[in-house]
Amino acid sequence: MSFDQLYDLLDRFVPESIDWMVFTVTALILSLAVINAMVLCTALYTWFERRMLGRFQSRIGPNRWGPFGLLQPIADVIKLLVKEDVIPVVADRAVFTLAPVVLLVPALMVFIVIPFGEQSFLGKLNVGVLFILGVTGVNTLAIIMGGWASRNKYALFGAMRGAAMLISYEVPMALSLIGVIILAGSISLVDIVSSQGIFYILVQPLAFLVFMAAASAEMSRAPFDMIESESELGAGYHTEYSGIKYAIFQLAEFMAPLVTAAVATVVFLGGTKGIDPIPGQVWFLLKAFSVVFVLLWVRATWPRLRVDQIMGFAWKGLFPLSVINFFVVAVELFVLQEPDGTITNQSMMIMTGINWVVMVVSIVLIATVLGQGKLQHKLPPQPSSLANMAASEGD
Amino acid sequence: MAIKTEPITINMGPQHPSTHGVFRLRVTFDGEVVVDVEPVFGYLHRGTEKLAEERTYVQIVTLTDRLDYTASMSNNLAYVRSVEKLGGIEVPERAQYLRVICAELQRIASHFVSIGFMLQELGAFGTPLMYCFRERERILDLFEMLCGARITLSYMRPGGLIQDAPEDFWPALGILMESMPEYIDDLEGLVTSNEIVLARTRDVGIISPELAVNGSVTGPMLRASGVQWDLRKANPYEVYDRLEFDVPIGYQGDTYDRYLVRVQEMRESVRIIEQCIKQIPGGAIQSEAPFFVRPPVGDVYDAIEAPKGELGFYLVSDGGISPYRCKIRAPSFINLTVLRDMLVGWKLADLVVIFGSTDVVLGEVDR
Amino acid sequence: MYGLGMVRGMGVTFKNLVLPSRQFAVQYPNRKISLFELAKENDTDVVSFAINNPVQAIKALAGFVEVPVRLPQHSRFRGEEFTWYEQRCTGCASCAKFCPLGIIKIVTDTSGKYEQDGGKYDIEVFDIDIGRCMFCGLCVQACPYDALHMGSGFEEGVYRRDDLVIDVERLKAAPKKPSTWYRPQIESQNFDPQSDDMREYLDVGRHERPSQDQQVDRWAKR
Repeated sequence: MSFDQLYDLLDRFVPESIDWMVFTVTALILSLAVINAMVLCTALYTWFERRMLGRFQSRIGPNRWGPFGLLQPIADVIKLLVKEDVIPVVADRAVFTLAPVVLLVPALMVFIVIPFGEQSFLGKLNVGVLFILGVTGVNTLAIIMGGWASRNKYALFGAMRGAAMLISYEVPMALSLIGVIILAGSISLVDIVSSQGIFYILVQPLAFLVFMAAASAEMSRAPFDMIESESELGAGYHTEYSGIKYAIFQLAEFMAPLVTAAVATVVFLGGTKGIDPIPGQVWFLLKAFSVVFVLLWVRATWPRLRVDQIMGFAWKGLFPLSVINFFVVAVELFVLQEPDGTITNQSMMIMTGINWVVMVVSIVLIATVLGQGKLQHKLPPQPSSLANMAASEGD
Repeated sequence: MAIKTEPITINMGPQHPSTHGVFRLRVTFDGEVVVDVEPVFGYLHRGTEKLAEERTYVQIVTLTDRLDYTASMSNNLAYVRSVEKLGGIEVPERAQYLRVICAELQRIASHFVSIGFMLQELGAFGTPLMYCFRERERILDLFEMLCGARITLSYMRPGGLIQDAPEDFWPALGILMESMPEYIDDLEGLVTSNEIVLARTRDVGIISPELAVNGSVTGPMLRASGVQWDLRKANPYEVYDRLEFDVPIGYQGDTYDRYLVRVQEMRESVRIIEQCIKQIPGGAIQSEAPFFVRPPVGDVYDAIEAPKGELGFYLVSDGGISPYRCKIRAPSFINLTVLRDMLVGWKLADLVVIFGSTDVVLGEVDR
Repeated sequence: MYGLGMVRGMGVTFKNLVLPSRQFAVQYPNRKISLFELAKENDTDVVSFAINNPVQAIKALAGFVEVPVRLPQHSRFRGEEFTWYEQRCTGCASCAKFCPLGIIKIVTDTSGKYEQDGGKYDIEVFDIDIGRCMFCGLCVQACPYDALHMGSGFEEGVYRRDDLVIDVERLKAAPKKPSTWYRPQIESQNFDPQSDDMREYLDVGRHERPSQDQQVDRWAKR
């Protein structure tokens, strides 16, 4: 049910003069529903993530509360709610309290524009991609607020790292989406979904890789989780948080993969498109689930990069790659498009072939230029002359 | 134009996720770069050396378990060897082979712990650590078969071992040694060629061979610098002179080499144990040493190649039932001499990784 | 290189995800069992079990039925529930003397009124403070008459430190299931302290009572 349908439904029962009230009530009802649904989804997702990570690490994961440990998130929340909410004496109270909210709200707002069906769930926004890019940029502010207001050196380290990293990764993320936008000819997410004759993950694999890398940096997950790298900084920017504020931070953090999965599904995996008897919503969930699984798999496997390497990766690695993708797609579009500006599926097939070759070549090129090739030793190591065991054996 | 910045000082530890145990580092940062490091230790000081002066020679074995608690067997071995040298006690051949098997099993277990924690500090979310602990658990099961304990073993006695291995130990050991290369392959597949690990550890925290030798660094840290020095070869104790094995060395002494040397040493340990299983003779496992050892007046120093490096015990006897002085040369403590040279100039994220690659155990550092 | 090493690492983790042989964790202290297992334990098939015990079946489906689990332990495991055979103990206090921490306290009655019965002292106090015990087993090694043995328990959490002191009454009442650590004569009987019955004091002896000459010789060697 979309906003308009609910609005029309309620509008029948009230006089014309208080339309504004109907509007407000509709908005409240829908946002309450969406927020609760998202929080529930996130709770389920934390269970799933912990359980899967456990399996990856040949553990079992949470299994005590409820069947298969499904009630574990509820137990966690209750534990966090009844804990004392500590605010350090020297902390900046207002900013300290505001930071978790500032982090949570953008993650929720992204779901306004995600099309779960034929059109957007809440509002008909025709600049969906711009909205997502703009709204997700706010979390930088939240992290700086949290880190700065805590008056903790570890938190400050995390916040400063976060400021540098999150702003840098906005650039490749936006550039990787431009390839999709020029191909779809629109920045409305509904149009992007409907324009995908072939899923854009196949047409623009390079853009997908860049987007996923940049997105996992944006939500500070492995291998870019240096904002809260627990082996170095304790907990990074939320070191000083506890109780309900910590719970909100964690909620926002665990909601981020869901947001990323939703956006990636819409932009690259064709959203609700699928084979017919199964409804589109199921396809959407399946695709989002697979994206989440890959994110989890990466988290379970890879170590973390260092701060300068992360910045270098953004500007030296992802930025050129996204520019290459953007350029190649633009040229292909110029050559292959029909006179009326549309793209046939045959042309998309050709683009797919070219883009995969471009992806392999450009990744190898960038990797070689960045000097990964120098990291392997060819010769066997030479023993130093400082100690000679062969001589001492003769004694 | 350089921006004028102020260095900030951070206390890393004694409670910090990356310091193994209760180690405290006072680090001064310029931005993210380490400009000064001051290690502070002693939080786990238990006075082992002083306690040893009022315990009998056999009772001290229980103290050595608690030095490097990831490698109790090696500590036991180093101590009982010192006592045997001091008292002139013979050890039966079967006991010597069993001791070598135990020491090498313990080396594999200790290296697993070390590698696992180093990767944990690299930021791999617990996965390599859990795999390492899973394989280590199989070794601890073997130790439980031998002596009924998993960590604080107290298995060795001056003059041999407390008890022969049970019958079901040998098939279990054989099965584990068959599958251990596969487990090490798994770990290597996860780490060795991973570009992130390479980028994080290659050329980071280099110890030159000169610095390593001057700083009395021993063990895998020394060998990673390219100095081929292993007491098992240089001064063969027990039955190491009858066994065939190589001493792996690293290229240049960076963090990655220290990891690589440890992995190769685990493979060599598997080789040694397999030879021991073939060669081990029957017979007694304990010579006729009395319970209260009364060594003649004198002093002795004996060292073995423990997983962390050269572990030595200096014992002074006044003819009584307990030593007059017991000095422990703990490899973890002495390997920390080069800590400052390794850390200064690197970033905060490198600091924890380099410190993790030194593989210190605070029970041994503070004693 | 070029990211292939990272992909290989993902392969390793996936292998560990799917291979059942790589799963190592044990559910402890109790384990949830499925309906199939529950039916199997009651020696029936699933359908008839569900008809006869609907409540249990629904509970099992929801994952609320638990069975206790004991961890596999070797018979040599050194643990609590020290097994002490009063009939074998002579009150020599070797164990107290050999204990590195001095946590064993033995008081014997020297009045001689019990001496007619086999010429032993009567043991009045035998306290082991396991709050400080490190289970090194030196007391067991020291016992010349095989009277004291290690046990195999480890779940000994209590709320007070005083409760950690095992007195002579508790030692007498404890189940006589000795660990086979440093007791080859029990181990050769294939005794498993976890599953087997209790051992009487006649079964656990290493040797007969030494002769006078042997005893003199033994003490001379010390």
